Amino acid sequence: MSYNWNWAIFFDLEPGATGTYFAYLLGGLGWTLVIAGLAWMLALLLGFLVGTLRTIGSSVIERCCFAYTELFRNIPLLVQMFLWYFVLPEVVPNSLGTAIKAIPPPWGSAYPAILCLGTFMSVRVAEQVRAGIASLPRGQMAAALAIGLTRRQAYRYIILPLVIRIILPPLSSEFLNTIKNSSLALTIGVMELTARARAMQEFSFQVFEAFAAATIIYLVVNLFVVFCMSHIEQRIQISGVIGGRKSNSLLQH
Amino acid sequence: MVSPLKIFLATILGIGITNGAVFAQNSTLDKIKQSGTFTIGHRDASIPLSYLDDKQQPIGYSMEICGRIADAIKKELALPKLEIKYQLVTSANRIPLLANGTVDIECGSTTNNADRQKQVAYLPTTFVTANRIVYKRNTGVKVLADLRGKTLVSTAGTTNIKQVTELNASKNLGISIVSANGHSEAFLMVETGRAAAFSMDDILLAGLVANSKNPSDFEISAEALSVEPYGIMVRRDDPKFKALADNVVKSLMSSGEINKIYDKWFLKPIPPKNITLGVPMSANLKRVIANPTDSPDPAAYQ
Repeated sequence: MSYNWNWAIFFDLEPGATGTYFAYLLGGLGWTLVIAGLAWMLALLLGFLVGTLRTIGSSVIERCCFAYTELFRNIPLLVQMFLWYFVLPEVVPNSLGTAIKAIPPPWGSAYPAILCLGTFMSVRVAEQVRAGIASLPRGQMAAALAIGLTRRQAYRYIILPLVIRIILPPLSSEFLNTIKNSSLALTIGVMELTARARAMQEFSFQVFEAFAAATIIYLVVNLFVVFCMSHIEQRIQISGVIGGRKSNSLLQH
Repeated sequence: MVSPLKIFLATILGIGITNGAVFAQNSTLDKIKQSGTFTIGHRDASIPLSYLDDKQQPIGYSMEICGRIADAIKKELALPKLEIKYQLVTSANRIPLLANGTVDIECGSTTNNADRQKQVAYLPTTFVTANRIVYKRNTGVKVLADLRGKTLVSTAGTTNIKQVTELNASKNLGISIVSANGHSEAFLMVETGRAAAFSMDDILLAGLVANSKNPSDFEISAEALSVEPYGIMVRRDDPKFKALADNVVKSLMSSGEINKIYDKWFLKPIPPKNITLGVPMSANLKRVIANPTDSPDPAAYQ
Protein backbone atom coordinates (compact mmCIF):
# COMPACT_ATOMS: atom_id res chain seq x y z
CA MET A 1 0.00 0.00 0.00
CA SER A 2 1.39 3.37 -0.90
CA TYR A 3 0.64 5.61 2.04
CA ASN A 4 2.39 8.31 4.05
CA TRP A 5 1.96 7.69 7.76
CA ASN A 6 1.89 10.76 9.96
CA TRP A 7 0.83 10.10 13.53
CA ALA A 8 1.82 13.62 14.58
CA ILE A 9 -1.22 14.83 12.64
CA PHE A 10 -3.28 14.77 15.85
CA PHE A 11 -1.31 17.76 17.11
CA ASP A 12 -1.91 19.84 13.97
CA LEU A 13 -4.52 22.56 13.94
CA GLU A 14 -7.79 21.63 12.20
CA PRO A 15 -8.94 23.98 9.38
CA GLY A 16 -11.78 25.52 11.40
CA ALA A 17 -9.03 26.72 13.78
CA THR A 18 -10.91 25.58 16.89
CA GLY A 19 -7.98 23.50 18.14
CA THR A 20 -5.92 20.45 17.32
CA TYR A 21 -7.31 17.45 15.45
CA PHE A 22 -7.20 15.55 18.74
CA ALA A 23 -9.43 18.12 20.43
CA TYR A 24 -11.61 18.06 17.32
CA LEU A 25 -12.15 14.31 17.69
CA LEU A 26 -12.88 14.64 21.40
CA GLY A 27 -15.48 17.31 20.56
CA GLY A 28 -17.00 14.71 18.25
CA LEU A 29 -17.03 12.20 21.09
CA GLY A 30 -18.97 14.79 23.11
CA TRP A 31 -21.66 14.88 20.42
CA THR A 32 -21.70 11.09 20.20
CA LEU A 33 -22.35 10.92 23.94
CA VAL A 34 -25.00 13.66 23.84
CA ILE A 35 -26.90 12.00 20.98
CA ALA A 36 -26.56 8.47 22.33
CA GLY A 37 -27.31 9.52 25.93
CA LEU A 38 -30.47 11.50 25.14
CA ALA A 39 -31.63 8.91 22.60
CA TRP A 40 -31.12 6.16 25.17
CA MET A 41 -33.21 8.00 27.77
CA LEU A 42 -35.96 8.46 25.21
CA ALA A 43 -35.66 4.80 24.22
CA LEU A 44 -35.99 3.62 27.82
CA LEU A 45 -38.97 5.86 28.46
CA LEU A 46 -40.88 4.92 25.33
CA GLY A 47 -39.68 1.33 25.42
CA PHE A 48 -40.89 0.63 28.94
CA LEU A 49 -44.17 2.39 28.20
CA VAL A 50 -44.88 0.54 24.97
CA GLY A 51 -43.55 -2.80 26.23
CA THR A 52 -45.72 -2.63 29.33
CA LEU A 53 -48.81 -1.46 27.45
CA ARG A 54 -48.52 -4.52 25.23
CA THR A 55 -49.17 -6.75 28.22
CA ILE A 56 -52.14 -5.03 29.87
CA GLY A 57 -54.80 -6.92 27.95
CA SER A 58 -56.51 -4.08 26.08
CA SER A 59 -56.70 -5.13 22.45
CA VAL A 60 -56.93 -1.57 21.06
CA ILE A 61 -53.87 -0.31 22.93
CA GLU A 62 -51.98 -3.52 22.19
CA ARG A 63 -52.66 -3.16 18.49
CA CYS A 64 -51.49 0.47 18.51
CA CYS A 65 -48.29 -0.52 20.29
CA PHE A 66 -47.80 -3.42 17.91
CA ALA A 67 -48.10 -1.01 14.95
CA TYR A 68 -45.61 1.37 16.58
CA THR A 69 -43.12 -1.44 17.14
CA GLU A 70 -43.36 -2.85 13.65
CA LEU A 71 -43.17 0.58 12.04
CA PHE A 72 -39.94 1.58 13.72
CA ARG A 73 -38.15 -1.74 13.70
CA ASN A 74 -38.76 -2.65 10.07
CA ILE A 75 -37.31 0.45 8.44
CA PRO A 76 -33.51 0.75 8.22
CA LEU A 77 -32.10 3.31 10.62
CA LEU A 78 -30.34 5.11 7.77
CA VAL A 79 -33.66 5.59 5.98
CA GLN A 80 -35.31 6.75 9.20
CA MET A 81 -32.61 9.39 9.68
CA PHE A 82 -33.37 10.68 6.21
CA LEU A 83 -37.13 10.68 6.88
CA TRP A 84 -36.86 12.54 10.18
CA TYR A 85 -34.51 15.12 8.72
CA PHE A 86 -35.69 15.73 5.17
CA VAL A 87 -39.26 14.47 4.97
CA LEU A 88 -40.85 15.32 8.33
CA PRO A 89 -40.58 19.14 7.94
CA GLU A 90 -42.25 18.85 4.51
CA VAL A 91 -45.29 16.86 5.67
CA VAL A 92 -46.18 18.82 8.81
CA PRO A 93 -48.07 22.14 8.45
CA ASN A 94 -46.03 24.72 6.60
CA SER A 95 -45.39 27.07 9.52
CA LEU A 96 -44.18 24.23 11.75
CA GLY A 97 -42.01 22.85 8.96
CA THR A 98 -40.38 26.23 8.47
CA ALA A 99 -39.79 26.53 12.21
CA ILE A 100 -38.17 23.08 12.30
CA LYS A 101 -35.91 23.94 9.39
CA ALA A 102 -34.98 27.24 10.99
CA ILE A 103 -33.37 25.56 14.04
CA PRO A 104 -29.72 26.53 13.62
CA PRO A 105 -27.02 23.88 13.44
CA PRO A 106 -25.76 21.88 15.23
CA TRP A 107 -29.10 21.33 17.03
CA GLY A 108 -31.05 21.46 13.75
CA SER A 109 -29.45 18.11 12.91
CA ALA A 110 -29.05 16.86 16.45
CA TYR A 111 -32.76 16.92 17.40
CA PRO A 112 -33.88 14.75 14.48
CA ALA A 113 -30.96 12.41 15.17
CA ILE A 114 -31.94 12.02 18.84
CA LEU A 115 -35.63 11.49 18.02
CA CYS A 116 -34.78 9.03 15.26
CA LEU A 117 -32.30 7.00 17.27
CA GLY A 118 -34.50 7.17 20.38
CA THR A 119 -37.59 5.81 18.66
CA PHE A 120 -35.61 3.21 16.74
CA MET A 121 -34.01 1.88 19.91
CA SER A 122 -37.26 2.20 21.91
CA VAL A 123 -38.94 -0.59 19.98
CA ARG A 124 -36.04 -2.88 20.74
CA VAL A 125 -36.34 -2.00 24.42
CA ALA A 126 -40.12 -2.48 24.21
CA GLU A 127 -39.72 -5.98 22.79
CA GLN A 128 -37.39 -6.90 25.62
CA VAL A 129 -39.70 -5.46 28.27
CA ARG A 130 -42.59 -7.39 26.78
CA ALA A 131 -40.56 -10.60 26.70
CA GLY A 132 -39.34 -9.94 30.23
CA ILE A 133 -42.90 -9.53 31.53
CA ALA A 134 -43.97 -12.66 29.66
CA SER A 135 -41.14 -14.61 31.30
CA LEU A 136 -42.51 -13.97 34.79
CA PRO A 137 -44.83 -16.65 36.19
CA ARG A 138 -48.50 -15.68 35.78
CA GLY A 139 -48.96 -16.11 39.51
CA GLN A 140 -46.75 -13.11 40.18
CA MET A 141 -49.36 -10.64 38.97
CA ALA A 142 -52.18 -12.60 40.61
CA ALA A 143 -50.33 -12.61 43.92
CA ALA A 144 -49.69 -8.86 43.70
CA LEU A 145 -53.36 -8.19 43.06
CA ALA A 146 -54.35 -10.60 45.84
CA ILE A 147 -52.48 -8.60 48.47
CA GLY A 148 -54.55 -5.58 47.54
CA LEU A 149 -52.32 -3.71 45.08
CA THR A 150 -53.98 -2.04 42.13
CA ARG A 151 -52.85 -3.11 38.63
CA ARG A 152 -50.79 0.03 38.29
CA GLN A 153 -49.13 -0.56 41.67
CA ALA A 154 -48.48 -4.19 40.79
CA TYR A 155 -46.58 -3.13 37.65
CA ARG A 156 -44.79 -0.36 39.50
CA TYR A 157 -43.69 -2.26 42.61
CA ILE A 158 -43.60 -5.92 41.62
CA ILE A 159 -43.52 -6.64 37.90
CA LEU A 160 -41.26 -3.97 36.44
CA PRO A 161 -38.58 -4.13 39.16
CA LEU A 162 -38.26 -7.85 38.45
CA VAL A 163 -38.32 -7.32 34.70
CA ILE A 164 -35.53 -4.74 34.85
CA ARG A 165 -33.26 -7.25 36.56
CA ILE A 166 -34.07 -9.95 34.02
CA ILE A 167 -33.52 -7.82 30.94
CA LEU A 168 -30.57 -5.80 32.16
CA PRO A 169 -27.92 -7.84 30.26
CA PRO A 170 -29.65 -7.47 26.86
CA LEU A 171 -30.40 -3.83 27.70
CA SER A 172 -26.67 -3.24 28.14
CA SER A 173 -26.15 -4.54 24.61
CA GLU A 174 -28.85 -2.21 23.36
CA PHE A 175 -27.12 0.72 25.05
CA LEU A 176 -23.90 -0.22 23.26
CA ASN A 177 -25.88 -0.43 20.02
CA THR A 178 -27.26 3.04 20.67
CA ILE A 179 -23.74 4.43 21.00
CA LYS A 180 -22.58 2.67 17.84
CA ASN A 181 -25.73 3.53 15.86
CA SER A 182 -25.32 7.21 16.74
CA SER A 183 -22.61 7.28 14.08
CA LEU A 184 -25.38 7.24 11.45
CA ALA A 185 -26.27 10.76 12.58
CA LEU A 186 -23.39 11.87 10.36
CA THR A 187 -25.63 11.32 7.34
CA ILE A 188 -27.77 14.27 8.41
CA GLY A 189 -24.84 16.47 9.28
CA VAL A 190 -24.22 15.90 13.00
CA MET A 191 -20.48 16.26 13.57
CA GLU A 192 -20.13 13.35 15.97
CA LEU A 193 -17.08 11.13 16.36
CA THR A 194 -17.30 9.20 13.09
CA ALA A 195 -18.19 12.34 11.14
CA ARG A 196 -15.19 14.14 12.59
CA ALA A 197 -12.88 11.22 11.90
CA ARG A 198 -14.12 11.34 8.34
CA ALA A 199 -13.74 15.11 8.15
CA MET A 200 -10.25 14.78 9.59
CA GLN A 201 -9.21 12.35 6.88
CA GLU A 202 -10.70 14.65 4.28
CA PHE A 203 -8.87 17.68 5.58
CA SER A 204 -5.55 15.99 6.25
CA PHE A 205 -5.75 12.90 3.97
CA GLN A 206 -4.51 10.81 6.92
CA VAL A 207 -7.37 8.35 6.71
CA PHE A 208 -5.89 5.45 8.65
CA GLU A 209 -4.72 7.60 11.56
CA ALA A 210 -8.14 9.29 11.83
CA PHE A 211 -10.09 6.04 11.88
CA ALA A 212 -7.57 4.28 14.13
CA ALA A 213 -8.21 7.03 16.67
CA ALA A 214 -12.00 6.76 16.27
CA THR A 215 -11.81 2.97 16.67
CA ILE A 216 -9.86 3.23 19.90
CA ILE A 217 -12.16 5.93 21.29
CA TYR A 218 -15.31 3.88 20.56
CA LEU A 219 -13.72 0.79 22.06
CA VAL A 220 -12.72 2.57 25.26
CA VAL A 221 -16.13 4.19 25.68
CA ASN A 222 -18.01 0.95 25.07
CA LEU A 223 -15.77 -1.07 27.37
CA PHE A 224 -16.43 1.53 30.05
CA VAL A 225 -20.19 1.10 29.51
CA VAL A 226 -19.86 -2.69 29.68
CA PHE A 227 -17.93 -2.36 32.92
CA CYS A 228 -20.49 0.00 34.47
CA MET A 229 -23.47 -2.09 33.40
CA SER A 230 -21.93 -5.28 34.82
CA HIS A 231 -21.38 -3.41 38.04
CA ILE A 232 -25.01 -2.27 38.12
CA GLU A 233 -26.21 -5.79 37.34
CA GLN A 234 -24.32 -7.12 40.34
CA ARG A 235 -25.46 -4.34 42.64
CA ILE A 236 -29.18 -4.73 41.99
CA GLN A 237 -29.42 -8.49 41.75
CA ILE A 238 -31.80 -10.33 44.11
CA SER A 239 -30.94 -13.93 44.82
CA GLY A 240 -33.64 -16.45 44.12
CA VAL A 241 -35.26 -14.78 41.08
CA ILE A 242 -34.40 -15.06 37.37
CA GLY A 243 -31.45 -12.85 36.56
CA GLY A 244 -30.49 -12.89 40.21
CA ARG A 245 -27.83 -15.58 40.02
CA LYS A 246 -24.58 -14.76 41.70
CA SER A 247 -22.70 -13.66 38.63
CA ASN A 248 -18.97 -13.48 38.88
CA SER A 249 -17.55 -12.55 35.52
CA LEU A 250 -17.46 -8.83 34.81
CA LEU A 251 -17.79 -9.22 31.09
CA GLN A 252 -20.41 -11.88 31.18
CA HIS A 253 -22.59 -11.06 28.22
CA MET B 1 13.89 9.96 12.99
CA VAL B 2 11.32 7.49 14.13
CA SER B 3 9.72 9.04 17.17
CA PRO B 4 8.89 7.02 20.30
CA LEU B 5 5.22 7.90 19.72
CA LYS B 6 5.29 6.25 16.30
CA ILE B 7 6.94 3.14 17.71
CA PHE B 8 4.37 2.98 20.49
CA LEU B 9 1.45 3.35 18.12
CA ALA B 10 2.97 0.94 15.64
CA THR B 11 3.31 -1.61 18.38
CA ILE B 12 -0.21 -1.32 19.74
CA LEU B 13 -1.81 -1.21 16.32
CA GLY B 14 0.35 -3.96 14.94
CA ILE B 15 1.22 -2.06 11.80
CA GLY B 16 4.68 -1.45 10.50
CA ILE B 17 5.53 2.20 10.25
CA THR B 18 8.77 3.21 8.66
CA ASN B 19 10.31 6.61 8.50
CA GLY B 20 8.57 8.70 5.87
CA ALA B 21 6.75 5.46 5.29
CA VAL B 22 6.00 4.84 1.68
CA PHE B 23 5.13 1.23 1.09
CA ALA B 24 6.30 -0.02 -2.22
CA GLN B 25 3.81 -1.93 -4.30
CA ASN B 26 3.93 -3.74 -7.58
CA SER B 27 3.33 -1.37 -10.42
CA THR B 28 -0.21 -0.89 -11.65
CA LEU B 29 0.71 -2.22 -15.09
CA ASP B 30 2.03 -5.46 -13.57
CA LYS B 31 -1.16 -5.77 -11.54
CA ILE B 32 -3.31 -5.29 -14.65
CA LYS B 33 -1.21 -7.77 -16.62
CA GLN B 34 -1.54 -10.42 -13.94
CA SER B 35 -5.24 -9.99 -13.30
CA GLY B 36 -6.37 -9.03 -16.80
CA THR B 37 -8.65 -6.43 -15.22
CA PHE B 38 -8.48 -2.67 -14.99
CA THR B 39 -10.63 -1.11 -12.26
CA ILE B 40 -11.94 2.38 -12.86
CA GLY B 41 -13.29 4.40 -9.94
CA HIS B 42 -16.20 6.61 -10.93
CA ARG B 43 -18.74 8.97 -9.33
CA ASP B 44 -22.52 8.86 -9.34
CA ALA B 45 -23.50 12.53 -9.58
CA SER B 46 -20.56 14.54 -10.93
CA ILE B 47 -22.39 15.76 -13.99
CA PRO B 48 -21.10 15.82 -16.73
CA LEU B 49 -17.68 14.49 -15.73
CA SER B 50 -18.55 11.17 -14.16
CA TYR B 51 -22.07 10.08 -13.34
CA LEU B 52 -24.63 7.34 -13.83
CA ASP B 53 -27.02 7.33 -16.75
CA ASP B 54 -30.56 5.92 -16.67
CA LYS B 55 -29.18 2.39 -17.07
CA GLN B 56 -26.86 2.94 -14.07
CA GLN B 57 -23.81 2.88 -16.34
CA PRO B 58 -21.00 5.32 -15.50
CA ILE B 59 -20.52 7.89 -18.25
CA GLY B 60 -19.10 11.37 -18.64
CA TYR B 61 -16.19 13.49 -19.80
CA SER B 62 -13.64 11.99 -17.37
CA MET B 63 -14.94 8.49 -18.04
CA GLU B 64 -14.42 8.94 -21.77
CA ILE B 65 -10.81 9.98 -21.23
CA CYS B 66 -10.30 6.94 -18.99
CA GLY B 67 -11.74 4.76 -21.75
CA ARG B 68 -8.89 5.99 -23.98
CA ILE B 69 -6.40 5.16 -21.25
CA ALA B 70 -7.83 1.63 -21.01
CA ASP B 71 -7.35 1.24 -24.78
CA ALA B 72 -3.74 2.38 -24.44
CA ILE B 73 -3.09 -0.11 -21.60
CA LYS B 74 -4.46 -2.94 -23.68
CA LYS B 75 -2.16 -1.98 -26.53
CA GLU B 76 0.90 -1.46 -24.31
CA LEU B 77 0.53 -4.82 -22.58
CA ALA B 78 -0.51 -6.51 -25.84
CA LEU B 79 -3.44 -8.12 -24.06
CA PRO B 80 -5.99 -9.94 -26.21
CA LYS B 81 -8.70 -8.95 -23.77
CA LEU B 82 -8.82 -6.40 -20.97
CA GLU B 83 -11.73 -6.58 -18.58
CA ILE B 84 -12.80 -3.18 -17.28
CA LYS B 85 -14.44 -3.09 -13.87
CA TYR B 86 -16.28 -0.08 -12.56
CA GLN B 87 -16.23 0.80 -8.87
CA LEU B 88 -18.34 3.62 -7.48
CA VAL B 89 -16.33 5.91 -5.22
CA THR B 90 -17.36 8.91 -3.11
CA SER B 91 -15.57 12.13 -2.29
CA ALA B 92 -14.60 10.65 1.04
CA ASN B 93 -13.32 7.23 0.00
CA ARG B 94 -11.71 7.85 -3.39
CA ILE B 95 -8.19 8.44 -2.05
CA PRO B 96 -8.07 5.44 0.32
CA LEU B 97 -9.58 3.15 -2.33
CA LEU B 98 -6.94 4.25 -4.82
CA ALA B 99 -4.14 3.94 -2.27
CA ASN B 100 -5.14 0.43 -1.19
CA GLY B 101 -5.49 -0.85 -4.76
CA THR B 102 -9.28 -1.27 -4.91
CA VAL B 103 -9.33 1.01 -7.94
CA ASP B 104 -6.46 1.58 -10.39
CA ILE B 105 -7.53 5.02 -11.53
CA GLU B 106 -10.14 7.53 -10.42
CA CYS B 107 -12.07 9.26 -13.16
CA GLY B 108 -14.32 11.77 -11.50
CA SER B 109 -14.21 15.39 -10.50
CA THR B 110 -11.19 15.49 -8.25
CA THR B 111 -9.32 18.68 -7.49
CA ASN B 112 -5.57 18.47 -7.85
CA ASN B 113 -3.94 20.13 -4.85
CA ALA B 114 -0.64 19.99 -3.02
CA ASP B 115 -2.04 18.25 0.09
CA ARG B 116 -3.52 15.43 -1.94
CA GLN B 117 -0.32 15.04 -3.96
CA LYS B 118 1.26 13.72 -0.75
CA GLN B 119 -0.99 10.66 -1.17
CA VAL B 120 -1.77 10.37 -4.88
CA ALA B 121 -0.61 11.58 -8.29
CA TYR B 122 -2.59 13.33 -11.02
CA LEU B 123 -2.64 13.18 -14.78
CA PRO B 124 -2.49 16.54 -16.60
CA THR B 125 -5.40 18.76 -15.66
CA THR B 126 -8.41 18.07 -17.87
CA PHE B 127 -10.85 20.64 -16.48
CA VAL B 128 -10.63 23.87 -14.53
CA THR B 129 -13.48 24.93 -12.28
CA ALA B 130 -13.99 27.32 -9.38
CA ASN B 131 -15.51 26.98 -5.91
CA ARG B 132 -18.76 28.98 -5.87
CA ILE B 133 -22.03 28.89 -3.97
CA VAL B 134 -25.54 28.20 -5.23
CA TYR B 135 -28.52 29.74 -3.46
CA LYS B 136 -32.18 30.47 -4.06
CA ARG B 137 -32.91 33.73 -5.84
CA ASN B 138 -34.34 36.62 -3.82
CA THR B 139 -33.02 35.41 -0.46
CA GLY B 140 -30.58 38.30 -0.13
CA VAL B 141 -27.57 36.06 -0.64
CA LYS B 142 -25.06 36.96 -3.33
CA VAL B 143 -21.62 36.35 -1.85
CA LEU B 144 -20.21 34.15 0.90
CA ALA B 145 -20.15 37.01 3.42
CA ASP B 146 -23.96 37.38 3.11
CA LEU B 147 -24.33 34.06 4.90
CA ARG B 148 -23.51 35.38 8.39
CA GLY B 149 -25.79 33.58 10.86
CA LYS B 150 -27.05 31.28 8.13
CA THR B 151 -26.29 27.70 7.19
CA LEU B 152 -23.95 26.75 4.39
CA VAL B 153 -23.77 23.15 3.27
CA SER B 154 -21.00 21.43 1.39
CA THR B 155 -20.21 17.84 0.51
CA ALA B 156 -18.11 15.86 2.96
CA GLY B 157 -14.71 14.99 1.59
CA THR B 158 -14.27 17.90 -0.76
CA THR B 159 -11.72 20.69 -1.03
CA ASN B 160 -14.70 23.04 -1.03
CA ILE B 161 -15.78 22.27 2.51
CA LYS B 162 -12.22 22.61 3.70
CA GLN B 163 -11.88 25.96 1.98
CA VAL B 164 -15.12 27.44 3.32
CA THR B 165 -14.29 26.14 6.80
CA GLU B 166 -10.95 27.93 6.61
CA LEU B 167 -12.46 31.14 5.18
CA ASN B 168 -15.16 31.10 7.84
CA ALA B 169 -12.51 30.86 10.56
CA SER B 170 -9.96 33.28 9.10
CA LYS B 171 -12.45 36.01 8.10
CA ASN B 172 -14.69 35.40 11.09
CA LEU B 173 -17.80 35.15 8.89
CA GLY B 174 -20.02 33.48 11.50
CA ILE B 175 -21.47 30.93 9.07
CA SER B 176 -22.76 27.57 10.29
CA ILE B 177 -21.20 25.01 8.02
CA VAL B 178 -22.73 21.55 7.76
CA SER B 179 -21.60 18.61 5.70
CA ALA B 180 -23.79 16.44 3.50
CA ASN B 181 -23.06 12.97 2.28
CA GLY B 182 -23.32 13.61 -1.45
CA HIS B 183 -23.82 16.41 -3.93
CA SER B 184 -27.50 15.55 -4.43
CA GLU B 185 -28.21 15.60 -0.68
CA ALA B 186 -26.41 18.90 -0.24
CA PHE B 187 -28.43 20.41 -3.06
CA LEU B 188 -31.62 18.99 -1.54
CA MET B 189 -30.82 20.89 1.65
CA VAL B 190 -30.82 24.16 -0.30
CA GLU B 191 -33.95 23.12 -2.21
CA THR B 192 -35.87 22.39 1.01
CA GLY B 193 -34.54 25.42 2.85
CA ARG B 194 -32.40 23.51 5.33
CA ALA B 195 -29.38 25.45 4.17
CA ALA B 196 -29.13 28.90 2.60
CA ALA B 197 -26.38 27.97 0.18
CA PHE B 198 -24.26 25.09 -1.11
CA SER B 199 -20.57 25.53 -1.77
CA MET B 200 -19.22 23.39 -4.59
CA ASP B 201 -17.35 23.46 -7.89
CA ASP B 202 -19.34 25.59 -10.29
CA ILE B 203 -19.59 22.95 -13.01
CA LEU B 204 -21.19 20.49 -10.58
CA LEU B 205 -23.57 23.18 -9.35
CA ALA B 206 -24.54 23.93 -12.94
CA GLY B 207 -25.31 20.24 -13.47
CA LEU B 208 -27.40 20.02 -10.30
CA VAL B 209 -29.34 23.19 -11.11
CA ALA B 210 -29.98 22.07 -14.69
CA ASN B 211 -31.39 18.77 -13.43
CA SER B 212 -33.52 20.28 -10.66
CA LYS B 213 -37.29 20.70 -10.80
CA ASN B 214 -37.18 24.49 -11.17
CA PRO B 215 -33.75 25.54 -12.48
CA SER B 216 -34.83 29.19 -12.54
CA ASP B 217 -35.17 29.22 -8.72
CA PHE B 218 -31.44 28.99 -8.27
CA GLU B 219 -28.49 31.23 -8.92
CA ILE B 220 -24.77 30.48 -8.84
CA SER B 221 -22.61 33.19 -7.30
CA ALA B 222 -20.44 35.38 -9.49
CA GLU B 223 -17.88 35.39 -6.68
CA ALA B 224 -15.35 32.59 -7.14
CA LEU B 225 -13.67 31.39 -3.97
CA SER B 226 -10.89 29.43 -5.63
CA VAL B 227 -9.54 27.89 -8.80
CA GLU B 228 -9.89 24.12 -8.83
CA PRO B 229 -7.96 22.17 -11.44
CA TYR B 230 -9.50 18.72 -11.96
CA GLY B 231 -7.31 15.78 -12.79
CA ILE B 232 -7.66 12.05 -13.14
CA MET B 233 -6.10 10.41 -10.09
CA VAL B 234 -3.56 7.59 -10.14
CA ARG B 235 -1.35 6.02 -7.48
CA ARG B 236 1.77 7.83 -6.39
CA ASP B 237 5.24 6.50 -7.10
CA ASP B 238 4.25 4.50 -10.14
CA PRO B 239 6.06 6.43 -12.90
CA LYS B 240 5.55 3.78 -15.59
CA PHE B 241 1.78 3.80 -15.36
CA LYS B 242 1.60 7.57 -14.94
CA ALA B 243 3.78 8.13 -18.01
CA LEU B 244 1.55 5.92 -20.12
CA ALA B 245 -1.63 7.63 -18.93
CA ASP B 246 -0.05 11.09 -19.16
CA ASN B 247 0.77 10.41 -22.80
CA VAL B 248 -2.80 9.47 -23.58
CA VAL B 249 -4.09 12.75 -22.13
CA LYS B 250 -1.33 14.79 -23.73
CA SER B 251 -1.94 13.29 -27.17
CA LEU B 252 -5.68 13.99 -26.84
CA MET B 253 -4.71 17.58 -26.13
CA SER B 254 -2.13 17.98 -28.88
CA SER B 255 -4.34 16.35 -31.51
CA GLY B 256 -7.25 18.60 -30.54
CA GLU B 257 -9.43 15.55 -29.94
CA ILE B 258 -10.06 16.77 -26.40
CA ASN B 259 -12.13 19.60 -27.91
CA LYS B 260 -14.52 17.10 -29.46
CA ILE B 261 -14.89 15.23 -26.19
CA TYR B 262 -15.40 18.52 -24.36
CA ASP B 263 -18.10 19.67 -26.79
CA LYS B 264 -19.90 16.35 -26.47
CA TRP B 265 -20.29 16.65 -22.70
CA PHE B 266 -20.39 20.38 -22.02
CA LEU B 267 -22.12 21.87 -25.05
CA LYS B 268 -24.40 19.16 -26.44
CA PRO B 269 -27.41 17.45 -24.86
CA ILE B 270 -26.26 14.73 -22.47
CA PRO B 271 -28.03 11.67 -21.09
CA PRO B 272 -30.15 10.81 -19.22
CA LYS B 273 -32.52 13.78 -19.65
CA ASN B 274 -30.90 15.32 -22.74
CA ILE B 275 -30.12 18.51 -20.90
CA THR B 276 -27.56 20.87 -22.39
CA LEU B 277 -25.22 22.40 -19.83
CA GLY B 278 -23.90 25.00 -22.28
CA VAL B 279 -20.59 25.64 -20.53
CA PRO B 280 -18.03 26.77 -23.12
CA MET B 281 -14.38 25.98 -22.56
CA SER B 282 -12.81 28.48 -20.18
CA ALA B 283 -9.67 30.46 -21.01
CA ASN B 284 -7.97 28.65 -18.13
CA LEU B 285 -8.63 25.26 -19.65
CA LYS B 286 -7.54 26.42 -23.12
CA ARG B 287 -4.20 27.45 -21.64
CA VAL B 288 -3.81 24.04 -19.98
CA ILE B 289 -4.58 22.26 -23.22
CA ALA B 290 -1.92 24.30 -25.01
CA ASN B 291 0.58 23.47 -22.24
CA PRO B 292 -0.52 20.35 -20.35
CA THR B 293 0.43 20.39 -16.66
CA ASP B 294 -0.32 18.43 -13.50
CA SER B 295 0.69 21.31 -11.21
CA PRO B 296 -1.37 21.57 -8.02
CA ASP B 297 -0.71 25.31 -7.83
CA PRO B 298 -3.85 27.37 -8.63
CA ALA B 299 -1.59 30.19 -9.87
CA ALA B 300 -0.51 27.97 -12.77
CA TYR B 301 -4.06 28.18 -14.13
CA GLN B 302 -4.71 31.90 -13.83
